[in-house]
Amino acid sequence: MTEFPILSLVTFLPLVGAGFILAIPGGDAEVVRRNARSVALWTSMITLLLSLFLWVQFDTTTAAFQFEERRAWMPAFNISYHMGVDGISMFFVLLTTLLTPICVLASWETVTDRVKEYMIAFLVMETMMVGMFSALDVVLFYIFFEGVLIPMFLIIGVWGGPRRVYAAFKFFLYTLTGSVLMLLAILAMYFTAGTADIPALMEYGFSADMQTWLWLAFFASFAVKLPMWPVHTWLPDAHVEAPTAGSVILAGVLLKFGGYGFLRFSLPMFPDATIEFAPLIFTLSIIAVIYVSLVALAQEDMKKLIAYSSVAHMGFVTVGVFTLTAQGIEGAIFMMLSHGVISAALFLIVGVVYDRMHSRDISTYGGLVHRMPVYALTFMLFMLASVGLPGTGGFIGEFLILLGIFQVNTWVAALTATGVVLGAMYMLYMYRRVIFGKVIKADLKAILDMNRREVMVFAPLILVVLWMGLYPAPFLDVMHVSVDNLIEPFEQARRAASGVAVAGR
Amino acid sequence: MYAAVVFLPLVGAVIAGMLAFVAPAGKARQARVDRAAQWITCGALLLSTVLAAFIFTDVVVAGNTGTVELFTWITSGALEVSWAIKVDTLTAVMLLVVTLVSAMVHVYSIGYMHGDPSIPRFMAYLNLFTFFMLTLVTADNLVQLYFGWEGVGLASYLLIGFWYDRPSANAAAIKAFLVNRVGDFGFVLGIFATFLLFQTVDLDTIFAAAANKADATFIVFGGEFHAITVICLLLFVGAMGKSAQIGLHTWLPDAMEGPTPVSALIHAATMVTAGVFMVARMSPLFEYSDTALAVVTIVGATTAVVTATIACVQNDIKRVIAYSTCSQLGYMFIAAGVSAYSAGVFHLTTHAFFKALLFLGAGSVIHAMSDEQDMRKMGGLWKMIPLTYGLMWVGSLAGAGIWPFAGYFSKETILEAAYAAGTGVGAYAFWLGAATALLTGFYSWRLLLMTFHGAPRGEETVIARVHESPKAMTVPLLVLAVGAIFAGYAGFEFFVGDKAADFWGSAILVLPSHPALEAADGVPGWVKLLPLGLGLGGIVLAYGMYMLFPGLPGALAGRFQPVYRFLLNKWYFDELYDAVFVRPAFYLARNFWKTGDGALIDGVGPDGVAAATRALARRAGRLQSGYLYHYAFAMLSGVVFLVTWYLLGQAG
Repeated sequence: MTEFPILSLVTFLPLVGAGFILAIPGGDAEVVRRNARSVALWTSMITLLLSLFLWVQFDTTTAAFQFEERRAWMPAFNISYHMGVDGISMFFVLLTTLLTPICVLASWETVTDRVKEYMIAFLVMETMMVGMFSALDVVLFYIFFEGVLIPMFLIIGVWGGPRRVYAAFKFFLYTLTGSVLMLLAILAMYFTAGTADIPALMEYGFSADMQTWLWLAFFASFAVKLPMWPVHTWLPDAHVEAPTAGSVILAGVLLKFGGYGFLRFSLPMFPDATIEFAPLIFTLSIIAVIYVSLVALAQEDMKKLIAYSSVAHMGFVTVGVFTLTAQGIEGAIFMMLSHGVISAALFLIVGVVYDRMHSRDISTYGGLVHRMPVYALTFMLFMLASVGLPGTGGFIGEFLILLGIFQVNTWVAALTATGVVLGAMYMLYMYRRVIFGKVIKADLKAILDMNRREVMVFAPLILVVLWMGLYPAPFLDVMHVSVDNLIEPFEQARRAASGVAVAGR
Repeated sequence: MYAAVVFLPLVGAVIAGMLAFVAPAGKARQARVDRAAQWITCGALLLSTVLAAFIFTDVVVAGNTGTVELFTWITSGALEVSWAIKVDTLTAVMLLVVTLVSAMVHVYSIGYMHGDPSIPRFMAYLNLFTFFMLTLVTADNLVQLYFGWEGVGLASYLLIGFWYDRPSANAAAIKAFLVNRVGDFGFVLGIFATFLLFQTVDLDTIFAAAANKADATFIVFGGEFHAITVICLLLFVGAMGKSAQIGLHTWLPDAMEGPTPVSALIHAATMVTAGVFMVARMSPLFEYSDTALAVVTIVGATTAVVTATIACVQNDIKRVIAYSTCSQLGYMFIAAGVSAYSAGVFHLTTHAFFKALLFLGAGSVIHAMSDEQDMRKMGGLWKMIPLTYGLMWVGSLAGAGIWPFAGYFSKETILEAAYAAGTGVGAYAFWLGAATALLTGFYSWRLLLMTFHGAPRGEETVIARVHESPKAMTVPLLVLAVGAIFAGYAGFEFFVGDKAADFWGSAILVLPSHPALEAADGVPGWVKLLPLGLGLGGIVLAYGMYMLFPGLPGALAGRFQPVYRFLLNKWYFDELYDAVFVRPAFYLARNFWKTGDGALIDGVGPDGVAAATRALARRAGRLQSGYLYHYAFAMLSGVVFLVTWYLLGQAG
């Protein structure tokens, strides 16, 4: 336990920044905008730097929660303000703090309407997301988990595209419906175990019957968040209508709530139900990978295509989580992180040309490489990362997940691995139509390559994605102990149940 | 030194890649940038070649094999993967072949790509490719091998689509990447299966444990199978993709959309041989699975003969050579399949020289003909470009396996080994291989005669401009020609002859139960002479058809129209795949989207619920008619109902 409440600082600093923006006095509109942007950028940059301390100070030899903070909050109900991170959640905090300043920078010139409110929404959302990943009390967790919906709802609904209201409501209702069931499950757990403390609940050991119901209730919420097939249709609509930075956060961080939730709740708290329901997850995931990849192939809208590809990638993640093997789970965490960076970058890439042409249709473009070589190279890099080319961050997660699932079920492994071929199909096909060919459309002849600000937005993402691909050890090292601790009960069960199968190999 | 060989091309690629983004004003400055990129990339490659030669002598003469660990790559659970460079004889041979051919192609490209607007980008891609190829051949574990494997696929994709204005080039690039991915799908599953059996992906550890696991089985895909057979077959699927074997060969002919130096380097001499290299590298596993070896042989032999038949009727000069490449790769797999891995690598080496020579020679012809590739529009060129003509003869003689050119030695060894294997599969391979020798002679001379002999059939303006290529192009050709003439004779003793055991060391494992290569010396005399005789027969046949009776090919094509069309359309593989995979994929895609996501999920789910709610609200709204007596009536009914209910309750 550290003296210094660094986790709270990282969590609430953005909120403080939001307060400052709120306090900017009205006056010349241009000045207000500039100030709002600067405050948002500085706040998020300082938050990023602070959050790096978490990594530097992180003890990779223990599975216990670190940087713990505990304050009595509602002592009468045994509910406390309890924060902490372990090897599973730590990088999600960093992912959030990395993407927020990038979002601010990416919206620098493109958002001119209600800039103050826009920046406030993003900073509030950062607080919610960091809080969600570090909350160690279910009530606190639920507040952050649901709280994220509000700024996101506003971002889509206010700064979104023409069908933004439909998309915002679809997004809100879908996720809320799932969460209501989770809330019931949280109440049930609280009244059964008498505590809202997450580490205590992990130790509690719910009865098999109860596990089934609790697991299903949590599943309802996480499946929507991820999203899993067939509750994925809100995602393409939300992405298409959301402003670029909204898509970045949505794909980069919000989609990871579900996968993180499985790892934080379903696996450790309901182990029996987890084993029982793994086949269901595998089935839905395989459908997600194959069906959704094919749907992506038919898309005419770049953002929709990337949204569908996100669903397919999350299919890999759920497979990895429910392998209940070290490789599968580490692969799933790694893939969530790399996908956070890659899909964020891909949405930013669409944003670059959207800002210039105000169209997301693939058919608007063609031959961009002639006019935008730097853009073409950046796009190429992230396209390849998305299809899991070795040497990029996308490969490590995909490889570990498939390696993990092959040890458990070869059929699932083979069917999931078809995503490797299908993924290449839709990405290469889109890249070709947008980037290659001759410039024949008159309005593209004058399109400009990325400017300095845009290059600065992508530079950190490029570095991270290559680093993750070439030297992933620093990332994986953080996970090992926590993941081993997480799968220990399953390993024991496996050893006890099937000495035969192991010998058979 | 090891690291330098591998990473020099990467450095070159990065620098040249940066130069590609320099857009100086004016032609003179652009020329200077181009020149710089060419110097850097060629310099890096030539230096790499010199170092590779040192390593080769060090390994072969002094016997210094070893592994250099660079740093940890992936660790997770029991999985540990490092970045490391493994050097043994097999690697050393590959290093030398790859760097040498690559260096020649780099120099050649200076001449060939002259005047292209994107020279730095091209040179960067070539360097990048070489880097990936070198990581592939120096890999000490399967995952790193896969890194190089996918990397060369990427470079191939980039180079096939180098002229990105052409729709056909873009289509070919995507096709190459995707077909290779299908192969890689098998390859990664092979890696996973290896890990399942051995709990490691490290090559040396796997090889050490292979003997103990020779009879192991595991349960995969719903049945219990011989473990090593499953692993080898899955890995071989990857090899089939990369080395364009039948079924997954369709990308290679299309890959000819790339610039000709690329065809020579990637799609003939190096990348496509990665599959053969991989099988040889994994010989300590393949040796324990007779089934897998039989499959390798059958696929190789079938590919050799099928693609050779296609090569006989193609009219595009590069496509003829491309199909010939598939066919020659088939020979290499025949060798690997009968446990004559060293013969396969021997043919890989000689093939690298003569096929690169043929491709670059063809490039020289195309260059001379102002980018014409159709042989029907050539003819009579031999007097105009005599040096190219002579070099094409050398390449063709080597390719057809005529003594004493390089291809003779390696091809003879392979067919003798196939015969000596004494198995049914070996006999299958021997006879198909012999038939392929006939076809090889035929299509090689058909190409030579159509291109260089007879009356000029091209347009006069084109013919008038025919000229011999510059020195930057002819000098590399001469170097490769030296290889195509002498590599077979010089290498025979070391690769497959008496000195082979010392030469290979422990790089390749052959079990005593697979003595095909040792027995190859003792085959009957007719076996040794048959391929040579058939090769010569093919040449005579081509001479007869295209020189003595020029009307004959047309008449035959007309007489056997269905057969001719079948061959001309490449056995309809593309059409078949289009109908079975491509179209259904797009059909399903559209339907899943519109019907599945749109009508079913959204229709029943959120939109359906929303519609139902709205309908309910509308119906409720209709009750509010606004007339007072409606409301009064409703209220009265309610009161009556309540009173009745109350009274009934009282009574009960």
